[in-house]
Amino acid sequence: MAETESLAALVARALADVAASTNLAALEEVRVHLLGKKGQLTERLKSLGALPASERPLAGQRINEAKSEIVAALEQRRAALDAAALDAALAAGRIDVSLPGRGQTPGTMHPVTRTRLRIERIFGQAGFDVAAGPEVEDDFHNFEALNIPRNHPARAMHDTFYFPDGRLLRTHTSPVQIRALSVRPPPLALIAPGRVYRNDSDMTHTPMFHQVEGLVVGEQVSFANLKSMLHSFVERFFERPLGMRLRPSYFPFTEPSAEVDIECVFCRGGGCRVCKQTGWLEILGCGMVHPNVLGAVGIDAERWQGYAFGMGIERLAMLRYGVDDLRLFFENDLQFLKQFP
Amino acid sequence: MKITHHWLEEFSPNVGASAELAAQLTVAGLEVESLAPAAPPFTGVVVGEVLACARHPNAERLSVCEVTTDGADRLQIVCGAPNVRAGLKVAVAKVGARLPGEVAIKRAKLRGVESQGMLCSARELGIGSEHDGILELPPEFEIGRDVRAALDLDDTVIEVNATPNRGDCMSVFGIARDHAATRRRRLHYAAKPVPPEHAHAIPVELAAPEACPVFVGRLIQGIRVDARTPLWLRERLRRVGINPISPIVDVTNYVMLDSGQPMHAYDAARLAAPITVRFASAGEPLELLNEATLALTDDCLVIADRNGPIGLAGIMGGRGSAIADGTTDVFLEAAHFTPQSIAGRARRLGLLTDAAQRFERGVDPELPRRAIERATALLLEICGGRPGPLTEARAAGATAPARVRLRRRRLERLLGTSIPDEEVRELLAAIGDRVEAIGEGWEIGVPSHRFDIAIEADLIEEVARLRGFDRIPEHPAVAPQLAGDASEQRVSAERALGVLIDRGYHEAITYSFVDPTIQRALFPARAALALANPISAELAEMRVSLWPGLLQAGRENARRQQPRIRLVETGRKFLLDAGALQEVETLGGLASGTRWPEQWGIAREPVDFYDVKADVDAVFALTGDVRAIRYEPAELDCLHPGRTARLWRGDRPVGWLGELHPRLVKQFGWVSAPWLFEIETELGLTSNISKYNAISIYPRLRRDLAIVVDESVSAAQLRDAVAASAAGLLADFVVFDVYRGPGIDSGRKSVALGLILQDSSRTLTDVDADAVVTAVVARLRDVFSATIRDQ
Repeated sequence: MAETESLAALVARALADVAASTNLAALEEVRVHLLGKKGQLTERLKSLGALPASERPLAGQRINEAKSEIVAALEQRRAALDAAALDAALAAGRIDVSLPGRGQTPGTMHPVTRTRLRIERIFGQAGFDVAAGPEVEDDFHNFEALNIPRNHPARAMHDTFYFPDGRLLRTHTSPVQIRALSVRPPPLALIAPGRVYRNDSDMTHTPMFHQVEGLVVGEQVSFANLKSMLHSFVERFFERPLGMRLRPSYFPFTEPSAEVDIECVFCRGGGCRVCKQTGWLEILGCGMVHPNVLGAVGIDAERWQGYAFGMGIERLAMLRYGVDDLRLFFENDLQFLKQFP
Repeated sequence: MKITHHWLEEFSPNVGASAELAAQLTVAGLEVESLAPAAPPFTGVVVGEVLACARHPNAERLSVCEVTTDGADRLQIVCGAPNVRAGLKVAVAKVGARLPGEVAIKRAKLRGVESQGMLCSARELGIGSEHDGILELPPEFEIGRDVRAALDLDDTVIEVNATPNRGDCMSVFGIARDHAATRRRRLHYAAKPVPPEHAHAIPVELAAPEACPVFVGRLIQGIRVDARTPLWLRERLRRVGINPISPIVDVTNYVMLDSGQPMHAYDAARLAAPITVRFASAGEPLELLNEATLALTDDCLVIADRNGPIGLAGIMGGRGSAIADGTTDVFLEAAHFTPQSIAGRARRLGLLTDAAQRFERGVDPELPRRAIERATALLLEICGGRPGPLTEARAAGATAPARVRLRRRRLERLLGTSIPDEEVRELLAAIGDRVEAIGEGWEIGVPSHRFDIAIEADLIEEVARLRGFDRIPEHPAVAPQLAGDASEQRVSAERALGVLIDRGYHEAITYSFVDPTIQRALFPARAALALANPISAELAEMRVSLWPGLLQAGRENARRQQPRIRLVETGRKFLLDAGALQEVETLGGLASGTRWPEQWGIAREPVDFYDVKADVDAVFALTGDVRAIRYEPAELDCLHPGRTARLWRGDRPVGWLGELHPRLVKQFGWVSAPWLFEIETELGLTSNISKYNAISIYPRLRRDLAIVVDESVSAAQLRDAVAASAAGLLADFVVFDVYRGPGIDSGRKSVALGLILQDSSRTLTDVDADAVVTAVVARLRDVFSATIRDQ
């Protein structure tokens, strides 16, 4: 009897020791003390041999039951301590996810470039090639061939920068029309973005700015096509349906000529400060290529016809991004540039 | 130019509301810039008559007036104007009137005398700046009438922007005529002939008939010198922005604004007949009305009398024959000067007068006669006088009016829409003379006032414009389907820019013209193209590099307390090579401040050569062959001589990278030296189309080697030497450390090399690798006196 009671007491002490273990090392010590090679329970099992054969099965069974109970308790405790250790490790490993990431931060693309690339993409998808021409031009390409002879009043609108030898800084991207038509036979569709220069500087003028010229020449290219192309362009550019109107105007190198107004993108045509209460914003000039221009580059104006347009990139960028002072584009203030990813 | 709504309605009655009229003009191509009331709002001001006027008992400068505003009432009004007098018709602001500027008129006592209203000056009514006295109304004005009605102040001033081709729209009549055409009506400028009262005339000779084919003159004698321009006429001039001067000048201005025909009036007493219209001889002097004296050039058309030039034809009259206060005999001129004879001169001389602006655009050669009749009638009405006969000098063989043809199919093909024949005919009839149907379309005579119609396209424009551009449909073009461009033979500018943007650069756009002083300081040896008429001394010559602009932009940002600046720009530089200009597409950059943006966990260190070199190499990496770029020590005036690399691709220089020269750092006021780079993209960024190399399936072996060499031995030399001795087994090569300091002799450096070896046909053994290392070490020792560091 004393034997049996002693086993129960052993189990009770063992369970208490297990429960009292607060870390894995202590728990292991308890295990070794009980179940190791020289553990108390191990010793009991070894001592079974000393019992009479008739008692052995029962005694063996009891000891094994006690062992199972202790093993289970050990496992449970181990799992609990493992979980607690993981929790503690996790808690210790917590980081501040709001700290900024490390390394380089990206810069920004100039809003004029960004706008130019969008224009190129929109027209590119419609089949327009991108062409270029010199910025230092001659009188022939900038004026004469565009039907603006010397002393023409339209020259007055250009405020041209000249060089002592008579060359000039192109006042518009239109000379690219002449250069393109001189080397590429029609049909063709191209745009020519680039820097242009006018000797004028105030709130709404800078001596350098950017234009995109467009030129389409074919046998059937019509005013109706021009209207369609420009309307789809402005709707793509501003990413919304927009009213558009063409007002008759005058450019020596197109006939008919038109200014294109779009419904004001700020007030949606209702009238505001930006559109001077008219509901319309002038955004570009266009027209059907003047026969004299085709003639100047030796193209048969009876067979070929086409349209041309020219738009100011800064103007579009100002409307798109709400920039209210043209000069900001050329001051290159990082506080300004950083606003355009 | 400015017109007024009511003035226009003299030619074209009932055109509707001003806003509507403005919209119609705009969509017909006469862009309305602004609409403004002829006078600010006010109420309660009527025409009155001063019946009596007495000195104020307590104030020397005030008068006490008895005024009637309906014939029966007697208002006592105190007035301070010096010109108030009995019998004068005046603008009376009665008690309860509201004047511009929120002025309310109340019964008041002025120095003890009651005043039942106010007599108004032009300025008080917002219709002029005159404040010398009260507004003197014409005697015929009806007492009691509202002044707004009497002076037609509920009129609208319309500012129209006529395009340079539309000389015919540089007058009230011209605009009315064009507006009428949109309604398919024609207007004519009518003027009743004034019968002569004497026979004196001044003979005129047209010595340059190609420049001046028509000259109409008339001598008017005995005009009253004390006449004043009537209020209505002064009001009209005021509304369109012209200052009244004298009756004669006001009349000629008025007729010009009304009809479009510039006129000139001479004091006949100061003319030495006959008059000749001729080109000036070079150097001939002429003193103009504005008191400037010109030395004429031989392309200047002048009006001359026996003593020499008396006016610059179509631009400005001369001082010697000008109308003066005592002028009694006037010679009126209405001539036609061709655009070719005027264009350019006025601008060149800085005399863009109203007359010049009209003549250079084209004035109707049939207009002078009518204009002079109209001016005569007005002048007689205002100043009296006796008109002589109208004399017209006309060049023989004046050209017949041009006829222009419009083909139906051409019209349809160009506009992309078809318009019914009848409608086309009506529109042509509204603008053209003698419209005839011909088989394939129509033919019209070009009216003398339309200088802008010469070819078929002009008629197509007229038809489209008068009918309305809004009535042309939008049809997408049917275009041939052709494959587009997708070249990979060169790195696109956007891609190159994008790499730098991704690495922290902000794209700038600076002016292509720069400050010559700064450019000279940076590039004393490069010739630059200077502008003949720069906008300012700071923007006077074309840039020979992107650096002047970038340095300035960078400096400005530094001034704005930006601690870290990375700027990149793409654009052209303008190089003069033996006088020949080259526009070279260039990518330029500037880096200043810390290596990394300020952040936790990374020390603040200044950006150095190798940081920027990595940025530049990232751009070159886009070509697929960054190894083709060599950085060679070089010198450039504006860069630190020991920290400058010239970039080569093969045997061609493609760029620069270096630190701003300390001298310039100081001169430009930088706190620390910025790094600058520039790539000529045409040569530098052509791209290699990638060619696939079979991937070796055999493992790589790595051998590290630390060697000590002289400072003068470059990494590139080491790399070349290693590659040459590695028997084709060198798959990759890294420099993973460079060390100077304790343990290394001064003047030498330790360089740690990593050799990654691989064969394409077998697994390398340690024996193979050791053999390579032995060969490499031997070569480095032989060529560079390298010693192997203890490992």
